[in-house]
Amino acid sequence: MQFPLLSVIIFIPLVAGVLILFLPADRKTEVRVIALAASVVTLLLSIWAYISYNIDAGGYQFVERVEWLPSLGISYFVGVDGISLPLVLLAGIVVFCGVLVSWGIDDRPREFFAFMMFLATSVFGVFASLDLFALFFFFEIAVFPKYLMIVTWGSPKTREYGGMKLTLYLFIGSVIALVGALAMYFASGLHTFDMIALENAGFSMEFQRFWFPFVFFGFAVLGGIFPFHSWAPDGHVAAPTAISMLLAGVEMKVGAFAALRVAIMLLPEGARQWAWLILILATVNVVYGAFIALIQTDFKYVIGFSSVSHMGLVMLGFAAVAAAGQNARNGLIGAGMQMFSHGVMTALFFAIVGMVYDRTHTRDISRLGGLYRRMPWAAIGFIIGGLVSMGMPGFSGFVAEFPIFMGLWQAAPSYAIIAILGVIITAGYIFRVVGKVFFGELCPEYETLADITPLDKVAVGLLSLAMIALGILPNLMVPLVSSGVDRVLALLGGA
Amino acid sequence: MDFVASHLLTLILFTPTLAALVLLFLPKGEEKLIRWAALIASLIPLVLSIVLWVRFDPGAIGFQFQEQVAWYPAINSSYHLGIDGISLAMVLLTTLLTPLAILASFNITDRVKAYMILFLLLETGMLGVFVSLDLLLFFVFWEIGLVPMYFLINQWGGANRNYASMKFILYTMAGSLGLLLATQMIGVVAGTYDLPLLFERWTVIQVPLFGIPAGTVKAIAFWAFVIAFAIKVPIWPFHTWLPDAHTEAPTAGSMVLAGVLLKLGAYGFLRLVLPLYPVEAKYFAGALAFLATMAIIFGALGAYGQDDFKRLVAYSSINHMGFVVLGIAAAAWAVGTDNAVIALNGAVLQMFNHGLSAAGMFFLVGVIYDRTHTRDLNAYGGLFTLVPVYGGILIFTAMASMGLPGLNGFVSEFLVVRGTWPIFTLATALSMIGLFSTGAYVLKALKKILHGPLNERWVGHLPEINPREVLVIAPLMVLMLGIGIWPAWILDVINRAVSMWF
Repeated sequence: MQFPLLSVIIFIPLVAGVLILFLPADRKTEVRVIALAASVVTLLLSIWAYISYNIDAGGYQFVERVEWLPSLGISYFVGVDGISLPLVLLAGIVVFCGVLVSWGIDDRPREFFAFMMFLATSVFGVFASLDLFALFFFFEIAVFPKYLMIVTWGSPKTREYGGMKLTLYLFIGSVIALVGALAMYFASGLHTFDMIALENAGFSMEFQRFWFPFVFFGFAVLGGIFPFHSWAPDGHVAAPTAISMLLAGVEMKVGAFAALRVAIMLLPEGARQWAWLILILATVNVVYGAFIALIQTDFKYVIGFSSVSHMGLVMLGFAAVAAAGQNARNGLIGAGMQMFSHGVMTALFFAIVGMVYDRTHTRDISRLGGLYRRMPWAAIGFIIGGLVSMGMPGFSGFVAEFPIFMGLWQAAPSYAIIAILGVIITAGYIFRVVGKVFFGELCPEYETLADITPLDKVAVGLLSLAMIALGILPNLMVPLVSSGVDRVLALLGGA
Repeated sequence: MDFVASHLLTLILFTPTLAALVLLFLPKGEEKLIRWAALIASLIPLVLSIVLWVRFDPGAIGFQFQEQVAWYPAINSSYHLGIDGISLAMVLLTTLLTPLAILASFNITDRVKAYMILFLLLETGMLGVFVSLDLLLFFVFWEIGLVPMYFLINQWGGANRNYASMKFILYTMAGSLGLLLATQMIGVVAGTYDLPLLFERWTVIQVPLFGIPAGTVKAIAFWAFVIAFAIKVPIWPFHTWLPDAHTEAPTAGSMVLAGVLLKLGAYGFLRLVLPLYPVEAKYFAGALAFLATMAIIFGALGAYGQDDFKRLVAYSSINHMGFVVLGIAAAAWAVGTDNAVIALNGAVLQMFNHGLSAAGMFFLVGVIYDRTHTRDLNAYGGLFTLVPVYGGILIFTAMASMGLPGLNGFVSEFLVVRGTWPIFTLATALSMIGLFSTGAYVLKALKKILHGPLNERWVGHLPEINPREVLVIAPLMVLMLGIGIWPAWILDVINRAVSMWF
């Protein structure tokens, strides 16, 4: 029997989480070590999966299937293709870095790390699921660790509000998507939740047109699409550092990925019909999100809104392909790259915001200043993330955004021209924050601030390195993503 | 040796990056070691570009020293390098000015390591623009050079550096947005970013694009390119970032900003705008010539109006670069004629010459500022008696910048004017007013600094220019004189390239 690579990746964090819960509450070091060990192993295994995936063969690989409820057509069915595999790697990197930067958590670390491991299982599970029911299962089990972690360890002022808002938004979204998924299950007449089988169900035009918005927007809420984005900044800001990293870095990709996998791939005709709406909303995301980020006075809100802006680009890539099919192929390649690039970038941002907050106890931009002299690593990491964010060539943001725009030129040139404004506004808010927080006058009260810890440095270094490597050598990921894109295009078919 | 010979451009391009990486691992406290390492590392590309110059065959058709490796095949972009006579001159200028600028920065004491690393990265960014034969790669290097320059101004600049650096980067990035969009669009339409291929494919497209006539799309894309490059050159009325950025930048930053970065814009006109948009360039050549004339006149008048020595030199750059654009406009209008070739010869040589004289002038501003801590012309006076050597060097460099016959500026400005006169007579005549004012502001600066009654406050407080500083300016002076007396050695290379293309 083949080594069940994906199952191991999915369930190691779960096992580690349960194990942690069985430890006595005062064994803090053991808790941390178990979490770290689990995240290292999942990271290494996801790197292994990434390297050993056969791009020439394409399609779903590392497939495992176990019947679970055969009478209802539900199975535990996992596999990854060129689109989901980079996201598995992304989750591996972000979970690992999340554990590193949370090392210092001293308030009930046992529960904190256990919940974090459960969240990791949830995201790995969504990315690997090939069964619609399993996908929903993994999608939903994220709710409880997310909610609990925000309200327990979050920022005291807003954690109840932020946690509640985030949970309700995502819950409503996923219920709507679930209704759509059930409609597909019954309409297909195949009595299966197997997504590969459902791809060929041949849903009627009317069915697709009616149900596509339910499924797509239900998931896209988690992807932060306008006007359902407002949970994101509030939730990200309320959450503790590692959860902000996972929420913005990975969970938002879960939303976008599910919208692609379930809505666009299973209801391609619906996607074509509704592409115009996604184009408009996603363009609003990009430009409006950037503008709102520009006027924030709270350091963490800047990053929260920047995620809204950047996820708009992912949606634009989806919409371009939905509208123009094969011609806009680059749009989806870009969207795939952008999901990875943005995930790493925003994880880095939130990690650094957390490091700054832990030391200064404020997120008010006007009260920060000159931190470069005390925390050079954090400053350089933030600058690298900022350059990625503004799409500076030589970093991963550029090699991701550029093809998205090429796709847009094929599908809807006027949207490309509007959306490009996001680039310059992003440059504006990044340089504003860099200038105020890291440069300028060092406030006397921060004179004795400690530099970030060696573990923090490992996280900052790893995340930065990933973005630079991808920016200089896009071919580390593009061929893989392309192979996944071709599959999506085959489904979009005659376009 | 084979590897070196066949990858000469790559080596020139990435030696500075590699050196920056090495510097990263040197201990922070070893300032002397870091300075010397940076200087020596920046001499390697200079030596290699001299090798390049020697091995370059001026008579050959097309691009030389080409290298092509797949970079981003999904969108048909490759790492394609190559040079012709125009880029060769610019590569030499860049690799010459960078070590001089680093040598000029030896008095920097604040965070030497970061400073030198940024400077070396900046060199790679600038060189990349000159050697790229792929539109996307061109854009990559075009943008990437902004980052080190931003931080050099923002961290080591003068009092108003935050404002100046922000204006510099937002202005240039906003200007590049159109270029970025047009680049994407061209790639989508033509299916390649390879410049030699684009020269063939893009120019002949006649079918409507995106439901709009091809001519209209091309005209819009033409202006997108032109605005991006016009901001960089800068052409009036896109110049307002320049006086701020130049004035606030550290001395070496100003040297490279004026010496090389402004040339990137002009080079963009020559390498991309004229070959990709011959029809549109011809159609809009009059407008370009108008803007260039305005730049020449207003640049000179603006310079005359300054009391800040550094600002005066900054405005003079607008004036001098105006001649480059005037020559380009003339060539766009009369492409294929002798006049066009003469004007372009002048324009390219002017790019090189302005690189020498502007870098020299900014350096001399820095020398006196280091000693007096003021740039106010009215605070100087009669300094010649205190610093005769510095005074002599300043007069020499100022004369070269003014275009005194026998020095380099004269040759190139004469060629531009000679080539442009039959094409845009009125614009050329008007630009003569600018030339006249050039004399006025240069002499004004010299008078206020060196002559007149001695300002007693400096007696005993103004040491003479030191040997390190002389070493920075000497190569520039030799070249100024060399090109002034015998321009043929460089004009031959430029002329054959220009005649081949236009």
